[in-house]
Amino acid sequence: MMMHIDVSSVLRQTLSCELYSNLVTRPTGAAVRTQIEALLGDSRERTLTVIDFSHVGMIDFSCADEVVAKLLLRYVAEERGNREAYFLFRGVTEDHWDAIEAVLERHGLALVLESADGSGAHVGGIVNDRERVAWNTVYELGRAAPADVASAIGSPPSDCERLLETLHRRRLLMRLEDDYIAVGGLADARA
Amino acid sequence: MTSVITVPPSLDDHTFEQVVEQLASVPAEAKLVVDARHTRWASPYGLTALLALGQTRETRPSFTAPDMEDTASYWARTGFFKHADEIYELHGAVPKARGGESSVLLEITPVVKSEDVHEVVGRIQQKAQQILSKELNIDAKATVGFAMTLSEVCQNIVEHAGRGGWVGVQTYTWRKRLANRRVVVIAVCDAGLGFRQSLESAPGKVRSDRWDDAAALEEAVIRGVSRFRDPGRGQGLAGVRRYVGRWDGKVSVRSGTAKIAIVPSWDDDVPLLEKLAPFPGAQVQVTIPERVSGGPR
Repeated sequence: MMMHIDVSSVLRQTLSCELYSNLVTRPTGAAVRTQIEALLGDSRERTLTVIDFSHVGMIDFSCADEVVAKLLLRYVAEERGNREAYFLFRGVTEDHWDAIEAVLERHGLALVLESADGSGAHVGGIVNDRERVAWNTVYELGRAAPADVASAIGSPPSDCERLLETLHRRRLLMRLEDDYIAVGGLADARA
Repeated sequence: MTSVITVPPSLDDHTFEQVVEQLASVPAEAKLVVDARHTRWASPYGLTALLALGQTRETRPSFTAPDMEDTASYWARTGFFKHADEIYELHGAVPKARGGESSVLLEITPVVKSEDVHEVVGRIQQKAQQILSKELNIDAKATVGFAMTLSEVCQNIVEHAGRGGWVGVQTYTWRKRLANRRVVVIAVCDAGLGFRQSLESAPGKVRSDRWDDAAALEEAVIRGVSRFRDPGRGQGLAGVRRYVGRWDGKVSVRSGTAKIAIVPSWDDDVPLLEKLAPFPGAQVQVTIPERVSGGPR
């Protein structure tokens, strides 16, 4: 299931005010995240949600911690039973990234960012070189078997499988049967 | 008995210490007159700190406005008297604020709740972009960081002070230390709990052998410790430090009996001052200087 959440709209609904387009203050961030979580619901099926910052003026550190880090911590870093929630972040500018990058570093998190022109995606935040190379390889291959990725990156298959599994647990890669697909690597995810 | 506190001719974060020293021996319930008749200039820190001072008194203090017409008029345009009128009994010639002041980026504004921070950030953005890029020669993209910095220092009041405070943002020319370079200054002052008391309220807080206002400031400002257990807390001031470092700026935080500062090369302030006269709450100042060609980015 795919969802699109316009953070700016959520912000306006949350504050019941058309005047504010900035994601500032911790209470605002907590309220926006709560609203996003409500939109995500409790479905146990696999979901890919586009979190769209295109119309957000600015985000401060406290708000980034509430909206981005805590959202990821809840759905990505922690195991939540069978819930597979993936996120693709759209419309994140350099200005937003200053605050978002800081909170990702603080929590050791990573996420997938859609490129500015919407033509591609890349990983941001805390990933090591091997993880980044593996993710990029899966992204380029499309749907990829571990053996193909191992061959492409010149890694022993067992090491590569562990690497891909780590990226899957971090919700940066989706697993479809025995294959992997990069979040943001699906054409329909960027539609 | 009435005690009189004399405000120095030039009031900034350094000379405000003279005010605090005079205040130290005056009981909170004593009748107080704050005499600014001979004051000719005040930074936004000085003005917001004077409002915080008024907040600390148990009986409504008196305030005598500057004799100099230009000074009083300027203070009116910064919004000082509007708020001082709610805290002090005002004496002397208090002019009505007429027209905006171009050097005042944000007139003195109370910060009590989260919505106030939204308001402050919303109001600053457009003007900040113009000032930062045109007057301070700083890349326009620094505007967002500036607004973020403002947001985070204001949130300190909402999250930790336990009572309201004030923020003011202003530009001026720094003649002494920066050879006539322009600076933009954010001042945020409150008379609330202060850093030490805030950190002491953390669940399970273990005090070290050396636990005082200076230690509390080092924990909060340098190590990003917060009273909340949430590991995401404490990032605001870290972000402020990062922004200030990027633009060769300065940040200082006074709380209780100590003051800590991240001091750039152009300034000769002391990184940590201890055993100052006590003053409640937290008083924060962020200074971003005009960028000269070849300066840091």
